[in-house]
Amino acid sequence: MSDIRELYQSVILDHNKRPRNFRKVDGANRRAEGYNPLCGDKVAVQLRIEDGVVRDVGFEGSGCAISTASASMMTESVKGRSLADAEQLFQRFHDLLTGETHAEPSVDEQAALGKLTVFSGVREYPARVKCATLVWHALHSALEGRADPVSTE
Amino acid sequence: MKDKLDVKRLREDFPILHQTLQHGRPLVYLDNAATTQKPRAVINALVRYYERDNANIHRGVHELSQRSTAAFEDARTKVQGFLGAAHPSEIVFTRGTTEAINLVAQSFGRANVDSGDEVLISAMEHHSNIVPWQMLCEEKGARLRVVPIDDRGDLVLDELSRLLGPRTKLLAIAHVSNALGTVNPVREIIELAHERGVAVLVDGAQAVAHTRVDVRDLGCDFYCFSGHKLYGPTGIGALYGRSELLEAMAPWQGGGDMIASVTFEKTTYNVLPHKFEAGTPHIAGAIGLGVAIEYVQSVGLDAIAAYESELLAYATRALAGVPRVRLIGTARQKASVLSFVMQGVHPHDVGTILDLEGIAIRTGHHCAQPVMDRFDVPATARASLAFYNTRDEIDALVAGLGRVAEVFA
Repeated sequence: MSDIRELYQSVILDHNKRPRNFRKVDGANRRAEGYNPLCGDKVAVQLRIEDGVVRDVGFEGSGCAISTASASMMTESVKGRSLADAEQLFQRFHDLLTGETHAEPSVDEQAALGKLTVFSGVREYPARVKCATLVWHALHSALEGRADPVSTE
Repeated sequence: MKDKLDVKRLREDFPILHQTLQHGRPLVYLDNAATTQKPRAVINALVRYYERDNANIHRGVHELSQRSTAAFEDARTKVQGFLGAAHPSEIVFTRGTTEAINLVAQSFGRANVDSGDEVLISAMEHHSNIVPWQMLCEEKGARLRVVPIDDRGDLVLDELSRLLGPRTKLLAIAHVSNALGTVNPVREIIELAHERGVAVLVDGAQAVAHTRVDVRDLGCDFYCFSGHKLYGPTGIGALYGRSELLEAMAPWQGGGDMIASVTFEKTTYNVLPHKFEAGTPHIAGAIGLGVAIEYVQSVGLDAIAAYESELLAYATRALAGVPRVRLIGTARQKASVLSFVMQGVHPHDVGTILDLEGIAIRTGHHCAQPVMDRFDVPATARASLAFYNTRDEIDALVAGLGRVAEVFA
């Protein structure tokens, strides 16, 4: 059971059961969709950005526990951040799961990643990494203002 | 031996089955609809071929080439016997089922399907028996029509009969559904189609390892399967086509081996089946497939079918007793496949937790997205059986699902 609990930590299970910000965003001005053709997971991200800051963020879609929890925790993590901060967090999260490193994270960034590090266990499951990163790729695309749905393939 | 399988002994023929996975669990392999494991006889045949006989075929005068050619053509004869075809020249080696279907779509289809014509498939087809026909229909301005399935996953035969119209040029249908396990009444279907003068291709990818197939008894025009789902190597499969049809069909790939003579002005094509086998084929694969067929025949397909049917019934009962589990695909006639969903848990999470328990199943849409849409699920978990699986392994699956339920309480 220990391996299972390492991957499916209680925080992840909790966010899967009660996803936060699972809703449309009033006055959203950035949107993006993510699609994993391998498993059919779909996620749509909406953002309301004012003065270069993510004022509100929500998601909709269906997916596995890893992708749902990742989306839920993403919304909590980026709300209130500047665009640049949110983008950097995407990069850090991506690095955390793929094992690539771009630069040493700053203390702030480490703190920001904080609870997101529950996903570090996913790194051991290559087939599941995309489940966790899908919504972040959608976020990245929305931040860049791209309209095309992102795909994990 | 032929009456009752000695599964414990047969498992010894499959070296891969006896291993412990990285999480310390023994392997429970229940992903046989994706690919089957290989018996030692097949593995040894590949090694022996490369160690002793390797040479190109149909060309060399030297001994190795002659041995290699003989072994390759001998494999073709084994496939012929296995499918009950009238002649070895009716067997075309392909990379697998997918390539066989594409061959028929591109050769027979292009010559026989015109603008306004119809190609008929079913709602339970694998993408490989959908997309080649879509491509053909798009090119020709023809229409792809789909026979619906009911809530159990059975084909609606009345609809099939209704859809076989004056413009229908070909019916392409799975013998056994990879996503649902449904065994289609292909003999009856072929009869219906032939009454209307419609040619029939049967996708036998999920059938040949589980049931005896006789193409002449079925009366089908084309039948195809993949070696790797029949305990043989990947990258090799076969297309059976009735002689008259194959004779009339144009080659679909040009190259070496498929020609009789070539000048810059004119090329004369080789005789059947070589006309459809351009380039150096997967010689070792074909030989390995021949050995796999011999292996299956020595175990006995009737005994395999009987054992698997009993195991499937056991597994169906066992899964029915697992809380929150619902089977997708409960057709009257089924083979090997248990597709299911678990309430409140995504199939991927089911798959990952079972993997940690050493149990290999498939999760996802199984290359049959229209089937998922039909049952309104994004994906399913699928356990699929082979004759080397045991009741103990089904019990392990049920216990694993118990773990899933614990984690996702």
